[in-house]
Amino acid sequence: MISVHGLTKVFPGGVRALDSLDLEIGEGEFFALLGPSGCGKTTLLRTIAGLETPTSGSVVIGGTDVTALPPGRRDVAMVFQDYALFPHMDVTDNISYPLRIRKVPRDRRRARAAEVAGRLSLTELLGRRPGQLSGGQQQRVALARAIACHPRAFLFDEPLSNLDARLRLEARTFLKRLQDELGVTTVFVTHDQGEALALAHRIAVMDAGRVAQVGTPTEVFHRPATTFVASFIGSTPMNLLPGRMGDGALHVAGAVLPAPGDPPGGGDGGDGGDGGEIVYGVRPEYTDLSTTRRDDGFAGEVAVLENLGTATLVTLEGPGHLVQAVVPEGREPALGTTAWAVPRPGRALLYRDDVLVGRA
Amino acid sequence: MSPEPAGDPDARPGPAGGSEPRTPPGSAVPVGPAPGPRSPVRHAPVRHALGRISSAAFLALVAAFFALPMLWLASAPFDAHPSITVSVPEFTLANFRAILANPYAAGSIVNSVIQAGGAAVLVVVLAALAAYALSRVRVPGRDVLLYVLLLLSSVVTGTAAMVPIFELATRLGLVDTHLGVILVVSGGLLPAAIFILKDFMDATPTSYEESARVFGASPAQILRHIVVPLVRPGLATVAVWAVASVWGGFLMQYILLRDPDKSPSAVVLFTLYTEGGQPDLPLISTFSLLYSLPVVLMYLFVSSRYGFRFHGGIKQ
Amino acid sequence: MNTDAAGLGRSRAVVFALPALVLIGVFLVFPALWTIYLGLTDYRLTGLAAADPQVVGTANYTAALGDERFRSSFWLTAQYVLGSAVIGQAGLGFTLAWTLRGRRGTVRRVVEGLVLLSWILPGSVVAFLWIALLDRDGGTLNALLGTPGAAWLLDHPMLSIIVFNTWRGTAFSMMLYSAALENVPVSHLETARLAGASTLQRLRDVVLPQIRGHVLTNVLLTSLWTFNDFTPFLITAGGPEGRSEILPFYVYNTALRGGQLGFGAAVSFLILLINLVFALAYLRLLRNRREVAV
Ligand SMILES: Nc1ncnc2c1ncn2[C@@H]1O[C@H](COP(=O)(O)OP(=O)(O)O)[C@@H](O)[C@H]1O
Ligand SMILES: [Mg+2]
Repeated sequence: MISVHGLTKVFPGGVRALDSLDLEIGEGEFFALLGPSGCGKTTLLRTIAGLETPTSGSVVIGGTDVTALPPGRRDVAMVFQDYALFPHMDVTDNISYPLRIRKVPRDRRRARAAEVAGRLSLTELLGRRPGQLSGGQQQRVALARAIACHPRAFLFDEPLSNLDARLRLEARTFLKRLQDELGVTTVFVTHDQGEALALAHRIAVMDAGRVAQVGTPTEVFHRPATTFVASFIGSTPMNLLPGRMGDGALHVAGAVLPAPGDPPGGGDGGDGGDGGEIVYGVRPEYTDLSTTRRDDGFAGEVAVLENLGTATLVTLEGPGHLVQAVVPEGREPALGTTAWAVPRPGRALLYRDDVLVGRA
Repeated sequence: MSPEPAGDPDARPGPAGGSEPRTPPGSAVPVGPAPGPRSPVRHAPVRHALGRISSAAFLALVAAFFALPMLWLASAPFDAHPSITVSVPEFTLANFRAILANPYAAGSIVNSVIQAGGAAVLVVVLAALAAYALSRVRVPGRDVLLYVLLLLSSVVTGTAAMVPIFELATRLGLVDTHLGVILVVSGGLLPAAIFILKDFMDATPTSYEESARVFGASPAQILRHIVVPLVRPGLATVAVWAVASVWGGFLMQYILLRDPDKSPSAVVLFTLYTEGGQPDLPLISTFSLLYSLPVVLMYLFVSSRYGFRFHGGIKQ
Repeated sequence: MNTDAAGLGRSRAVVFALPALVLIGVFLVFPALWTIYLGLTDYRLTGLAAADPQVVGTANYTAALGDERFRSSFWLTAQYVLGSAVIGQAGLGFTLAWTLRGRRGTVRRVVEGLVLLSWILPGSVVAFLWIALLDRDGGTLNALLGTPGAAWLLDHPMLSIIVFNTWRGTAFSMMLYSAALENVPVSHLETARLAGASTLQRLRDVVLPQIRGHVLTNVLLTSLWTFNDFTPFLITAGGPEGRSEILPFYVYNTALRGGQLGFGAAVSFLILLINLVFALAYLRLLRNRREVAV
């Protein structure tokens, strides 16, 4: 539905915001662009919308190359981070503005605005100005305005970031349901990995103008392709420990762990087998805590206990490394005691030169 | 240009310190070497009272100074026997009939409206278009251009350029035409108008326009639907300023118009009291009042509507 | 901020900006440049030199500098600017702003209203109001002072227009200083007061350093405007015997009334140069302040 090829954007002044980036987004897909601030997400979205002209590369929407088309002819609707609701128009006029541009007669515009507003529970607010709406209401009006013109795709730039934490969860569920019902291809930008995991069918994790990995939430969560993705995804950061491979085993931070099994892609299994430096990654959620000595565990002193509600995040301080583990309620070790963090078999990931090479 | 661009002096919380002695410099406050930290406490009540009295006296004096010349304008038009001296009027409205009796007075108001209105429309439209382009598009040399415009607006005044402007208007056949006055004064007002409006436009977020653009609005539609409504206070400011300065303006109109049928009120009024013979006080007084009223009302309207935003030199 | 949000594009931007720039070019820039040329000719309104003006080089300038009337006019202008803009408007404006600071209510509104009104009323109206006020026979001033027959406009023409222009223009300075004084932190003033500083000391040590930029702005602008003001012409027309003939009136009287357009242009050019100095100083000030602010 939307595809970009070799997209590069260099801003005047030399910032390379996009670096020959390729992406395919399917029809009806809810697609997230995820990455830290400044990695080029907004720039990519704006380039798809036509608000930025790429330095090189092309944008194809619905099979037609739209790289040279002005934004108004691309048949997409965009919701800006600040919503960009026109302050001098009431909600009806805001929602029906795209139809006004298309010269739809006034009464049909109003009818359509009322219909969309009804769907988003905005009927009561039709006569108000944006300044008289709460943040959540403004966000829904912005959505309504995007929906009103039946675009081929929605482009959302951090649509939830201006809401407070509680409202954000509500709006998230609402957005997911809406997209399910409408079935319109949606690209949305976020820097919040939880939001991306919760909402998207597929996620593109971006790093410095490039795509680090594209995959379903499950894929990027369970098999992050690079250490960058590994450290970015997950509500608690993944343990990443330097290690060495040799004698048919892994030597990581004082522990001796079983040698890797099959690499995720199959094929290049040999890479993981030989000796050499690797980075060993395991999520705290897949790390168990033992209070008795274990050779396959990372030893350390219990330094921090963080209550997560139904579980506790334990930080062990070992010689030259920190390891975190999530333990169920009521199983926390005492502060200052020594414990061993034991990765669950098959849940660990091995990286060489920052690229995933195997599992262990 | 604008020392306080968005400053709305009335909206800001006023300075506290209500108990400060409001003593103007140079009043009867003993000035000497700084007294020790305890002495202000001892002298405070005396000083305070002195300060209040002298500041009240000063304000009364200033109010009298500023009111004195204007008293005549308030009394003479309604006086059955207006004289040059201010006196309590023997009330009548009959003097206003004198305006209709004069062949030029009433017509000059129409001329003023044409010239001030024409210039205001021209200035607002052209300045808005130019300010928008300069605010949104990076033209090479834009900053230099703005700098030079700003410089010109204060350097090339009517006073300094009356000779060439008179010459130019003569050669272009613009003498004794409304168009001549409108073009000449607009040329002088435009740089500052562009500058003020660009300030307003720079202050509006671009996402409104981008949003409209994604929905397919053309630049002209964006300007009409989005930008103009958003900068309406700026447009109003410039319009009011343009009307006020052309309405009250004298020199250019005086130079460019010989025909009393085309002359605006500013010029006609001047000829009324400089022509030889006894000045027609009923006419001068009522005409002055009528001619002053629109600008005063406009300022009242603007300051009640938008607060008195003032841009440096906005009235000059 | 500077991205082309509406998709105007360079060419349309030029189309948008062009009409204004053309108008400015024809009626502001061109006259300024033409002044330079005209000032080098013996162009006259009527007669032989009207049909066929000759370039006379710097003759007009030497003539002007040698002209007693020009030199006196220059001196009168300096008096007028110093007296009415710097001392009159800026001084009274500051004093008013200082006295009114912190005051709310009727007193402030009345005083401000009167000061503003004298600024807003059209020039030809206020000119007559002052003619009436200062009239020799029935003038209100003479009635008040008990000096019937005192001919202020004839005996003290410069003093008259200096006081007039102070009356006319104080509003701007008052508003500028009011805004400036509101930005002086009250805590600084209180600190100085607790340390026992007198009003004058507080003005000197606390207020002045904070509003120095405003003072400079104010003095430059009011001087520039006063220097270019034509309104007092409606009161004295430069007379009697040229005793209030400041430069703008001198140009008008010699060039447009006397018909010596070339000579008038030369004097105009001098006015332009002086304006340029004021304006450059002002813009430099503005720039420095913007850089500090950003
Ligand atoms: N108009 C612009 N001019 C110059 N640099 C820009 C512009 N817009 C964005 N950038 C730069 O491009 C990079 C990517 O920005 P952006 O796409 O906004 O990041 P994100 O949305 O992922 O936070 C940043 O380094 C940013 O500073
Ligand atoms: Mg962004």
